[in-house]
Amino acid sequence: MTTMPFDEMEAAYELLATAIDRAGPDAEALFLTRLALLLAHDTGELSRFQNAVEAALAGITEGGAAKP
Amino acid sequence: MRPAGRSTYDSLYFDYPLFAAKRAPEIDGIARRRQVVIVGAGPIGMTAALTLARYGVASVLLDNKETFNDGSRATCIARASMHIFERLGVVKPFIDKALGWRFGRSYYKGRQFFRLDMPHPAHEKYLPMYNLQQQYVEKFLHDAITASPLIDMRWLSECTGIASESGGVRLEIASPEGAYQLDADYVLAADGARSTLRSQLGLRLKGENYEGRYVIADVQMDHDFPTERRALFEPESNPGGTVLIHRQPDNIWRVDYQLRDNERAEEAISEENIRTRVAAILEEIGHTGPWALEWWSIYSANTLLLDDYRQGRVFFIGDSAHIVPIFGVRGLNNGLADAHNLGWKLALVARGEADEGLLDSYSPERRGATLDVFANATKSTRFMTPPTRGWRLARDAALSLSLDHEFPRALANPRQMQPYTYGASELTPYPGRDRAFAGGPVCGAAAPNPRLADGTHLLDHAGDGMTLMIFRQRGLSSEEAALIGALAALDRRLTALIIGGAGADAPAIAIADADGALSASFSACDGAIYLLRPDLHVAGRWANLSSDEILTTAGRCLGVALS
Repeated sequence: MTTMPFDEMEAAYELLATAIDRAGPDAEALFLTRLALLLAHDTGELSRFQNAVEAALAGITEGGAAKP
Repeated sequence: MRPAGRSTYDSLYFDYPLFAAKRAPEIDGIARRRQVVIVGAGPIGMTAALTLARYGVASVLLDNKETFNDGSRATCIARASMHIFERLGVVKPFIDKALGWRFGRSYYKGRQFFRLDMPHPAHEKYLPMYNLQQQYVEKFLHDAITASPLIDMRWLSECTGIASESGGVRLEIASPEGAYQLDADYVLAADGARSTLRSQLGLRLKGENYEGRYVIADVQMDHDFPTERRALFEPESNPGGTVLIHRQPDNIWRVDYQLRDNERAEEAISEENIRTRVAAILEEIGHTGPWALEWWSIYSANTLLLDDYRQGRVFFIGDSAHIVPIFGVRGLNNGLADAHNLGWKLALVARGEADEGLLDSYSPERRGATLDVFANATKSTRFMTPPTRGWRLARDAALSLSLDHEFPRALANPRQMQPYTYGASELTPYPGRDRAFAGGPVCGAAAPNPRLADGTHLLDHAGDGMTLMIFRQRGLSSEEAALIGALAALDRRLTALIIGGAGADAPAIAIADADGALSASFSACDGAIYLLRPDLHVAGRWANLSSDEILTTAGRCLGVALS
């Protein structure tokens, strides 16, 4: 696995923020789920996707630590 | 604003002098045209006056108040600004009083996830940042102004009108002693974010207003924490908003907190609300002792600037020309760079040494710096104060992942002020010569200031004119000696530094570099040449002597045509 350079990581962050706004509040969950499925397919490796799912869930408790 | 029962200038730690209005000679019919009038005696106007005075140019400095600014306001002085104060001979009180720093900590829901460590090459003379209340900045500059016979400081003097007048500018001034007209060759508008001169000339700032609003509050307390920048995201004491904490001299602590979208500004700045919110924040950072509320204000993030910092014979410097978000501490620092940049150029023009065309470089150079600030400030503002739901979700996701993962942490970097590189300027005609260097400061960049073997720093030896640096191990060639002579003929303030073992004949100064560290900071091989502008930015650099290009570059910076 390669590490993304910070500039690219930042560009991805900005792309994601603006894409959520483009999806709009009614469709943002659908958009983010579709995005996750596409990325899962791109990794081509179930174990990596499983790890990412666990990492994203970690720390999200009842009420949602990452909930806005 | 201050707590009930205390007037605007009733501070817990700062004694405000009250300056009387002078009776201007113009009121009694003794009028003469001034070379430069500066409107606004904040840090920017005062720095412009001191820069002009450094080059022997007199100015009239007007301010409509009777004393310094009412609160701490711009509290962070960047390294580049300390260099400007040093050029003006006023840096000592700043060093004695200000609190230097380079580290910061960012927390998410009470857990630290990012350690800010600003670059600080060990050989540099000044730290990346210093905290000092704005009143002290103004006091220290004003002390120097009082000592200068070239600056006519007039408090309680308001500019009420401006008009073009036969190759100059005519200002209408109102003062307690009476109204009068003041004629000037050039006017500097340093009258701040709500610039009267700007509106009188029908000019408007353009750009974006952001939604996020912050209360900035100063408290006095005994609190044990180093001088660092603390950023609290989603703290218990301010859910849904960010908090920033900075230490200032005199036991003063600056607490900035973001207002929630549904909070009305008028309510938010009531003393009762300020006390409740500040108390909660102090409790969260573990302060249990007493504290006293000193001063507060409200602020919203904007990126706004003028299309051109120059309108005929009027130049805009500081907040009158641009408004930037506070998070990168670029408001004061960019304003000081404006004042210094315009100051040395206008001085050369006012003295008749330079062609007026030199002034054309001011607006492109400093607007470029502001646009660069916007690019960085927009990023940090979006992180501190997400403008939309998408930005907020992405920010909160990055913050929560930052607790356990390294990769998103640097998104919280506030991207503090760095000096701008004038690489595209008219005064930097040979940027392509950078290609011959493996590193070192590029054309247009601020020069590094390494420490020398004798304990001084390199730029201590620079003067008020151009500075030529020749890296030479053995004796100078006759062509190099001739170049020094030709440059000295062009610039009577020239400083020539011969770096290495070659020695130097007057007027050149020899700088030893026994361990080669100095050459390494500039990536300079034997025979390399740097030419620095009066503001110590690199005007050009050459791996080998190129007398024509070096003289052309000096001519551009000095506003003189080559014969």
